Amino acid sequence: MGESFMKVLVAVAEVADVEDEFAIDGLAIDEQYLNYDLNEWDDYAVEAGVQLQEAGDDVEVVSVTIGPERADETIRMALAKGVDRSIRVWDENLEGTEYLDSGTKADVLAAVVEDEQPDLVLAGVQSDDTAFGATGVALAEEVGFEWAAVVNDLEYEPGSDTASVHRELEGGVEEFTDVELPAVLTIQTGINEPRYASLRGIRQAQSKEIAPKTLDELGLDASVTDSDVSLTQLYEPETESDATLFEGSPDEEADQLAELLRDEGVEA
Amino acid sequence: MAVIGGDVDGFADELNREGVDAIHTVAEGEEFNHDVYTQTVEALYDELAPEVLLLPNTVNGLDYAPAVSNGLSLPLVTDAIDVEYGDTLSVTREMYGSKVETVVEVDADRVALTIRPGEWPPAEGTGDAEISQFDVDIDESSVRSTVTGFQEVGGGDVDITDADVLVSVGRGIEEEENIALVEALADTLGATLSSSRPIVDNGWLPKNRQVGQSGKVVTPDIYIAIGISGAVQHVAGMKGADTIVAINTDASAPIYDLADYGVADDLFDVVPALIEEFGGEPPAL
Repeated sequence: MGESFMKVLVAVAEVADVEDEFAIDGLAIDEQYLNYDLNEWDDYAVEAGVQLQEAGDDVEVVSVTIGPERADETIRMALAKGVDRSIRVWDENLEGTEYLDSGTKADVLAAVVEDEQPDLVLAGVQSDDTAFGATGVALAEEVGFEWAAVVNDLEYEPGSDTASVHRELEGGVEEFTDVELPAVLTIQTGINEPRYASLRGIRQAQSKEIAPKTLDELGLDASVTDSDVSLTQLYEPETESDATLFEGSPDEEADQLAELLRDEGVEA
Repeated sequence: MAVIGGDVDGFADELNREGVDAIHTVAEGEEFNHDVYTQTVEALYDELAPEVLLLPNTVNGLDYAPAVSNGLSLPLVTDAIDVEYGDTLSVTREMYGSKVETVVEVDADRVALTIRPGEWPPAEGTGDAEISQFDVDIDESSVRSTVTGFQEVGGGDVDITDADVLVSVGRGIEEEENIALVEALADTLGATLSSSRPIVDNGWLPKNRQVGQSGKVVTPDIYIAIGISGAVQHVAGMKGADTIVAINTDASAPIYDLADYGVADDLFDVVPALIEEFGGEPPAL
């Protein structure tokens, strides 16, 4: 109790999910096959931020998104879950950037961190669509924060200068690490149970602020979007499948599958 | 090639494979620490000035690679599954959960790449690399994280790595109540129930049932993947199964790249029928 003020910045991405059947238009998937949603990893990061806010006396949770106006719908979801206010960065330079690489994202987010001076930044481990998995750690390096990647447990007392985290390594092993603040943590799925927005939360979200920012307003030059990396091909990989598919009605399919399983030695 | 931390001489011997020219050992720390790794890799980079910095696309790799590349102002491409060196460097990587592949070109003299484990065959033979110790002055003041311990998770009463037949369930099961359906199939077949990551993330099954990169690696005789799309992290845990059967409506799902047999139909129709085939009683959902 009596803790000092703390600010948590959560990086929230809107990502595109592709339908099972889709078509490719040039270097992108045809827009009609894309459904936009809150990035799954970021849903857990939002929850982690809101839990800190609920546990502390004076914790503000701010979200930041790089994305067009369309993303406001996704940002409202985060606001409805308890984020206090949001920042959305977009302008014609970002709009015209063909390949937004992690270095550019880190530079943009770093400018927001300079403005907001958070104690803790939470970001998803990766985004569903590009699975790049680099922005959070690159941001930490850019702003000189400490960091921890792939965090699946977080213990932090508001006011403390250290967070205790678990990092999920391969093969069912977790590493326990103490991280000095200010820090960026990249959040793994499963760290908590993301809440559903309540009706009250959804109503309240309508009156919360989504502050639009341009690169210029963040003190960034348009050259921040320059990248040595460019997308040159996007294609559906040739299927490597040589699976034997059983066909017919579900009963007929089950019958063939049962015969296979019996041949393989499965007995009820 | 660089070996950092732990038994560096032992690893250096092991990595001295055909084609390796030089191995630099850095005996700093028993356990991985990203602050130490970041400083060490940057120091090695300054000394050796490589055109390509190759780092692993693992949990620890992603804990220092972005910091190194950002610190060195190198373009970074992660999770590479193929690399071609031409006039420029072309890197193949997947997007949208393996639904598409992309090629990105890097128009720079120097680049950092993280590469997906298992996509390249391991180097073989014995090399005649020069093994030398590389000394780094670690700035302790910028080591601001401390590893305090490790823990194995996912123990308990069931060991899915022991099972001959695994019935494995994924996101396609939709609701927690529906887990009863795959449980009934596992019971009927005398099989063990396992799952992909989202099921454990949702708390529908305990961690010791999880197959994949962060869970268990399994090699059963038969692996029946139900409602599992076959994300790369999952595949890493089950590709060694003898016979793989997939039940998934999406015939283009990556699980079919591995499956020997499949039923591209609704699991809520097929699984009850399969339970009945083996004389069991499907639960009412």
